Amino acid sequence: MATRDEIAEALAGMTLFADLTTPQLLGVASQFEEAFFPEGARILRQGLSGSAFYVILDGDASVVVDGTARAQLGRGEFFGEVSILLGEPPTADIVALRPLRCLALPGSAVEAFLVDHPRVLYRMLQSQSRRLRNANRAQS
Amino acid sequence: MADIERPFPPGHYPVIVVGSGPGGLQVSYELSHHGIGHAVLSADPGPGGMFRHWPFFQRLLSWTKPYAPADRRTRAFERWDWNSLIAYEPELRGLQTEFMDGSSDFPSRPEMEASLTAFANRAGIVVRYGCRWESTRREETASGDRFTLVTTDGEYSCEHLILAVGIAEPYTPPSPGVEHAVHYAETRAAETYAGKRLFVIGKQNSGFELASGLLQWASRITLASPSPAKTSIETRSLVGVRARYVQPFEDSALGGGVDILSASLAGITPIPGGLRVDLKRSDTGMPVSLEADEVIAATGFTCPLLDLPELGVATFGQSRLPAQTAFWESATVPGIHFAGTITSGAAGLKKHGIPSYSGAVQGHRYNGRIMVRRLAEQSFGISHEHPPIELASLLDHLLAEATGGPELWHQKAYLASVVTVTPDDGIRDQGILPLTHFLDAGGPDAIAMTIEADGEGAIYPVAYLRRGGKVEEHALEPHPLHDYEGTEYRRHLGALLDLIAPGASAA
Ligand SMILES: Cc1cc2nc3c(=O)[nH]c(=O)nc-3n(C[C@H](O)[C@H](O)[C@H](O)COP(=O)(O)OP(=O)(O)OC[C@H]3O[C@@H](n4cnc5c(N)ncnc54)[C@H](O)[C@@H]3O)c2cc1C
Repeated sequence: MATRDEIAEALAGMTLFADLTTPQLLGVASQFEEAFFPEGARILRQGLSGSAFYVILDGDASVVVDGTARAQLGRGEFFGEVSILLGEPPTADIVALRPLRCLALPGSAVEAFLVDHPRVLYRMLQSQSRRLRNANRAQS
Repeated sequence: MADIERPFPPGHYPVIVVGSGPGGLQVSYELSHHGIGHAVLSADPGPGGMFRHWPFFQRLLSWTKPYAPADRRTRAFERWDWNSLIAYEPELRGLQTEFMDGSSDFPSRPEMEASLTAFANRAGIVVRYGCRWESTRREETASGDRFTLVTTDGEYSCEHLILAVGIAEPYTPPSPGVEHAVHYAETRAAETYAGKRLFVIGKQNSGFELASGLLQWASRITLASPSPAKTSIETRSLVGVRARYVQPFEDSALGGGVDILSASLAGITPIPGGLRVDLKRSDTGMPVSLEADEVIAATGFTCPLLDLPELGVATFGQSRLPAQTAFWESATVPGIHFAGTITSGAAGLKKHGIPSYSGAVQGHRYNGRIMVRRLAEQSFGISHEHPPIELASLLDHLLAEATGGPELWHQKAYLASVVTVTPDDGIRDQGILPLTHFLDAGGPDAIAMTIEADGEGAIYPVAYLRRGGKVEEHALEPHPLHDYEGTEYRRHLGALLDLIAPGASAA
């Protein structure tokens, strides 16, 4: 993965960005930065401030709370938004289970990004709602 | 030059460094300081790397303040000098100040080249110039991998390869008609753009450097890229267009012959008397077209890693930077290390979106030093002293590091000054280490002091306290004059220190 066009193409296939036009996808691809994490690396650290919003391009990551793996994330999934939206440090570590490629947007840019891209905001809300429903189901 | 006079003939060396820019010179100096035998190979005819040619308009975007509040022969001065390489001998420190004619705190390109050349000569750095690395082989041996470099002068082999090859390979993303553009690297003398309508692809520093340099020559300048340009003043960091190059923003805001567009390039087509540039606006998707005489692609540079990706070196991003460990070793091929501007591939925490300054000399000179120290310890059996610190002076030590430690100021939230506290060994100064290493590697009770910025204007010290293997972050208050040695700071940090070194606050 390298060029903006390639990244835009990868984004086009993800639910989160499914409603964007090609110029919008290119805009997103140039606003986000690609990041690579080797197996075992921590992407988010529980309790540490100032983190970013990530979308997984390739690879798998584990959500680890107080040393216990709670969930797994894969291609097209995203993380980091909860702590940014709430203005609090992440409540989990995110650890690469194998080499992980992500796109990252700094926390400070997330609000403006979502306001500029309401369709992404809508998709994110949908995904959050699904997570919430599943969590409720698991509890009941 | 007769081959017989040239240093480092083909053969085996424990360590090979490729590159003679600031990155290569810094690590060669550091390796020699540790007595580690190594060869330095460079395709260039002399020292200086990309500063032999760039910045194109012949002045740096990194400053040196000769009259700063610290003696130029001290570590403290490094905070006020972004350009000199670092050294242990006082007479090799702050060399850039010797090569500035008083016209600007931003040295000219020839002044930077002269200071790097002086460093190489005075430190006795030896380089085999005119030797280009062309391909690589990797062989597994009982004691680890061995790398063979095929060069224009023959074959070299080593156990530890240090690449300081820069990020200066011109890169233009493919798009229709882009062959009618020339890259930043091929920009001609300024006066040859007199009266021309200029279109610049890209809104990063290189694009704005050209735009500001050509304001008095071009008849009209348009810059475009898909997302809006920000200045470093807006981002309150080195992210974005530097203050040196803001004039085009003002001209654009006043409608003064410069236009800055958020649009993607749809095509460049030759037309009678020039080129037609077709764009698509990022916001509305609507087309925009304009005519230009010249199109320059200020679209960045990539890292010339040749065949290393085929040997397993993972790369990422548009510059194809190698993915790295906290100590700047390839994350996927142990034994290959990086120095110079490429070390920006070890991204660190990027807290609040602010990257390390590893892309520039003021950041990567420290990475080079720490990388070699680590290599010396891990592979050459060299141990470093970790001086004891008296309990009574621990607080002073850490607050002085926060207030003046140049590594902390140049590499915010990236490098930290670390002190360990153990029952057996007492309080020890572990020196400057990568912050992510401190956070992730575990270890005894310790404190890592660093400086951070929140991207909204605040700069403040942060103490990471490791207790019973768990790390907690404690931000101290910002200070309007960045002086963290007063009572408030003593009280706050003292209370934290008492948790791992009881009595530290009483000092
Ligand atoms: C246009 C531009 C302007 C910049 N301005 C500044 C500035 O003002 N201040 C600042 O601090 N930073 C600036 N930078 C960043 C700058 O590149 C780094 O700070 C630093 O100079 C890079 O040093 P380096 O040693 O890593 O690489 P370079 O200086 O690029 O040196 C690379 C070396 O590797 C050698 N090499 C490469 N490939 C091979 C090969 N295959 N075989 C043999 N040798 C090879 C080259 O010959 C050269 O000697 C700028 C960058 C650019 C692109």
